[in-house]
Amino acid sequence: MAFRHIGTSPERVEDAALLTGRGRFMDDLPVPAGALHAAILRSPHPHADIRAINAEAALALPGVAAVVTGAQVKALTRPFIVGVRSPIDHYPIAVDRARYVGEPVAVVLAKDRYIAEDAMELIEVDYAPLDVAVDPILAMDEAAPVLHQAHGSNLVSERTFDYGNVEQAFASADHVVSINTVYPRSLASPIECFGLIAEYDPHEDVYDVLTHFQGPFAIQPVMAMALQVPSSRLRIRTPPDSGGSFGVKQGVAPYAVLMAVAARIAKRPVKWIEDRMEHLTAAGSATNRVSTLEAAVMADGRVTALRWDQVEDVGAYLKAPEPATLYRMHACMTGAYDIPNLAIRNRVVVTNKTPTGLNRGFGGPQVYFPLEQLIRKIGSVVGRDPLSIIRRNLVRPSSMPYTTPSGGVLDSGDYGALVEQALLEGNFADLEDARQRARRAGKLYGIGYAACIEPTISNMGYITTVLSAQERERAGPKGGAQATATVAVDPLGGVSVSISSTPQGQGHRTVIGQVVADALGIAPDVVRVNAELDTGRDPWSIASGNYSCRFAGAVAGAAWRAAGELRTRLARVAAAKFDCPAEMLDFRDGKIIHRENTNIGIDFKRLAGEGHWAASTLPPDLPQALSVTEFWSPGVLQPPDDEDRINGSAAYGFIFDFCGVEIDRATGQVKIDRYISAHDAGRLLHPAMADGQSQGGFAHGLGAALMEELAYDADGGFLSASLADYPMPTACETPSVQIVHRQTASPVTPLGAKGIGEGTTMSAPVCLANAVADALGLEQIDLPLRPAKLAAIIEARRL
Amino acid sequence: MKPAAFSYIRAESLGEALDALAQYGEDARIIAGGQSLGPMLNMRLAAPEVLIDIMGLKDLDRIEFTDDGAMAAACVTQARFMGRLELPRAQPLLYEAMPWIGHVQTRSRGTICGSLANADPAAELPLLLATIGGVVIAQSKQGQRGISASDFFNGMFETTLAPDEMLLAVKFDAPKPGSGVAFTEMAERHGDFAIVAVAAVADQDGVTLGLGGIGAKPVVKRFDGLAERDVKAVLVGLANSLDPQSDPKADAAYRRRLSRELGLQTVLKAMERRHAV
Repeated sequence: MAFRHIGTSPERVEDAALLTGRGRFMDDLPVPAGALHAAILRSPHPHADIRAINAEAALALPGVAAVVTGAQVKALTRPFIVGVRSPIDHYPIAVDRARYVGEPVAVVLAKDRYIAEDAMELIEVDYAPLDVAVDPILAMDEAAPVLHQAHGSNLVSERTFDYGNVEQAFASADHVVSINTVYPRSLASPIECFGLIAEYDPHEDVYDVLTHFQGPFAIQPVMAMALQVPSSRLRIRTPPDSGGSFGVKQGVAPYAVLMAVAARIAKRPVKWIEDRMEHLTAAGSATNRVSTLEAAVMADGRVTALRWDQVEDVGAYLKAPEPATLYRMHACMTGAYDIPNLAIRNRVVVTNKTPTGLNRGFGGPQVYFPLEQLIRKIGSVVGRDPLSIIRRNLVRPSSMPYTTPSGGVLDSGDYGALVEQALLEGNFADLEDARQRARRAGKLYGIGYAACIEPTISNMGYITTVLSAQERERAGPKGGAQATATVAVDPLGGVSVSISSTPQGQGHRTVIGQVVADALGIAPDVVRVNAELDTGRDPWSIASGNYSCRFAGAVAGAAWRAAGELRTRLARVAAAKFDCPAEMLDFRDGKIIHRENTNIGIDFKRLAGEGHWAASTLPPDLPQALSVTEFWSPGVLQPPDDEDRINGSAAYGFIFDFCGVEIDRATGQVKIDRYISAHDAGRLLHPAMADGQSQGGFAHGLGAALMEELAYDADGGFLSASLADYPMPTACETPSVQIVHRQTASPVTPLGAKGIGEGTTMSAPVCLANAVADALGLEQIDLPLRPAKLAAIIEARRL
Repeated sequence: MKPAAFSYIRAESLGEALDALAQYGEDARIIAGGQSLGPMLNMRLAAPEVLIDIMGLKDLDRIEFTDDGAMAAACVTQARFMGRLELPRAQPLLYEAMPWIGHVQTRSRGTICGSLANADPAAELPLLLATIGGVVIAQSKQGQRGISASDFFNGMFETTLAPDEMLLAVKFDAPKPGSGVAFTEMAERHGDFAIVAVAAVADQDGVTLGLGGIGAKPVVKRFDGLAERDVKAVLVGLANSLDPQSDPKADAAYRRRLSRELGLQTVLKAMERRHAV
């Protein structure tokens, strides 16, 4: 079928409201009568026993309805479950002990937020500070203070994996090249912080939370179990608009539980809007990770084995879906390269920091940071430039689909061709000249590269790779990634679509309009898309939500299939009417027309109406032609096998970035001269939005590379609680990226599309680090590349 | 991030503002553009009992350029002042430096005098006043007095204004004929408070160098008879003598480096821009 709308870039239907300030975000929505406003008192200590909480003065303040503390919450909830069996109790509020700066200690409910904050200052908490474990490596030491006595150690999970013959590969290697890296904490920081309205209906024992939770809805059962209700009695509804998420709004889940309980205790609805200081301190962050990576390398630069040792710092509690950040990339730990042997040691450590969660790139930046710096280092060891090491090791198109040692099935693509296309379109030859000219002029100029795989549509089973095969056997198999969409026609031929992708500004409704219009041969303005989700009413699955770049591949694919099924049914109605085979009917321009005799035809809206007005005339074996709900799950997503191989994602895109940077000798500031980001994300459904994703993904990667760090001092004190202390790049600091596309349709997804939203967030940090290391003549460098640090290097090396 | 309760007085006249200041003294804060005070209130870093809003006082909206300097009254926004056509000739250093202050949005509400009264050691305007020289006019119910720029800043967020005084206006001295100026600063992002800001005025007799972001108040040094060949040695000496603060963004060594390197660039540029009278 020829596409008329898919692959074009119409204006987004979302933008008129957003650009005129008429978006409907959490804080814009009407509040139920009698609602209380919540403020959260948070621990100023990284680790302290809570001896007593005295809220008398706070409760005496006029306008204060209740103060909720850990003991009350504990009485009404169970600890959150996680993917790793451990005796760690995690409640949404500190119970007897606070374990990170910013952990909720008490919730004040008052008639407005001002009074709630006044009352917060009147609560007296008697803390007994404890020793802290901040650095993840030191936290594993036997002498380190233990966060969770019941577990007995801060090491909460350790697994080793061995694929192929790693020992032999290292024994027969010409070189062994290794690297140690420390990847810092950062946060994708949506412009709208968390918000929710929670209600409890004691008559039916139902919790109802309106919030911009972004999924995965696998967390809904986690929340329901914590609230001790059948999961049908926790209803989550989403608002019309959400001001960005980038994964972060998954982290609203514990607050939804906390405020649901608070509403139950206060017997009133509760509204809570998180402020920016709370967000930076306690919303969650990407994991910080300490990695050691070794490669077995042949004299020609071919890499034959990788040996990973990763220590993942998840903060004070393992919060579902962690340790998913560590396992999301498990299927592609060899990156874009054909490396047959792979060993991995994974350790998950708790420390006195904010618990981690979803952030754009989710595990990708932490993997590519050591891997792509190692590629550069291999180049210097074997005496070749990094680009030739990349070219030498890329998976070849003839190997597609390529199965990685750990079970990933790279579905399609010609990686080498995209590299060459990027070098050509990005004018690489000129960039090398620019470096030479700059260096001759005495400037500090460097070039960096990164080649990465961008996984699309996470397998709900990948997290179970953290369990042993025996443990998985006991728990039952987990795999798949159901996406759902419903397409319905109304009596006048209007088409309504609903999806469970909980968009956070990405323009899902525009794209679904394009997809359904093409499937039914109608104009996009006939189609209206509803992306609000109500778990008590709408079709959804545990995989629903807005993460792992699943929209274009999975959700748009499900909508395409739903519309396709509706079209099949409508074609049968028309075929009966015209007494011709349904295959002879074409849907185009709002009409259904006989392919050979164009005199035979009917308007789409007329035909659609017949399903309503003349149901009795439908073919007898056709139950209805009004509405189709489609669930689609990629067949390639199976649970981990007995050898711990897992295809972690349905499809895999490819990214190749390169850049040129100059470092100001006086200030140490990095100036990006040029940045080129090339993608093969399969079929692009809306190319302008795809470019927007790349540019936005770059901005996140740039922030992580140059300035962002959620920093803690050695005593566990938090140093980044305001935007003055946590700088993020603005338009002034973010250059335009030159974006290059190649479109290899994925054989896995219905429309051949793959994700593109996270790629440059994965590639940019290491690409920029490689360029800076090149400029300064360093083997490697850790992030963030803040000017003071670079200036100190320039001074020490007398550059 | 909600402020503690406060009373709000929207002054209808200067007299009313001064009466309120006399009555509440240290419990009151003047608010003009609110670009610094607003966030401080929200974070409860400031919790005055009374806010006296002076932005309705039309008399305090005056800008005057005269032969001996440029005057901005208390309610003149940074954006309005920057937009005056006289600025490049009358106050070349302000003209060059003011685009570094915050962003268009903050400059359109933030006032010149408000930034001076706030006395943030990393802000541009205190540094500029200290480098250019001038006088601030302090007004209380008791009367008016002038405070010279060199006596105005007392420390971090501290001035020599008395609790019942408000800053009525500032006058920046006119530059000496033939002098050259230059300004630069290092911040990780455009519009952030500077890690180090450098302002230089070179006249026929020597160079005045101002450094912001170093200590509790702007550091201003005068080097009479400075020759271009000596600038480097002077700045190395100056940088080594500084005792700047360290914070997670930048340690003292980095601030010394910036003072030296940016100081060198800026002083040389200012000297180069000198011209015959």
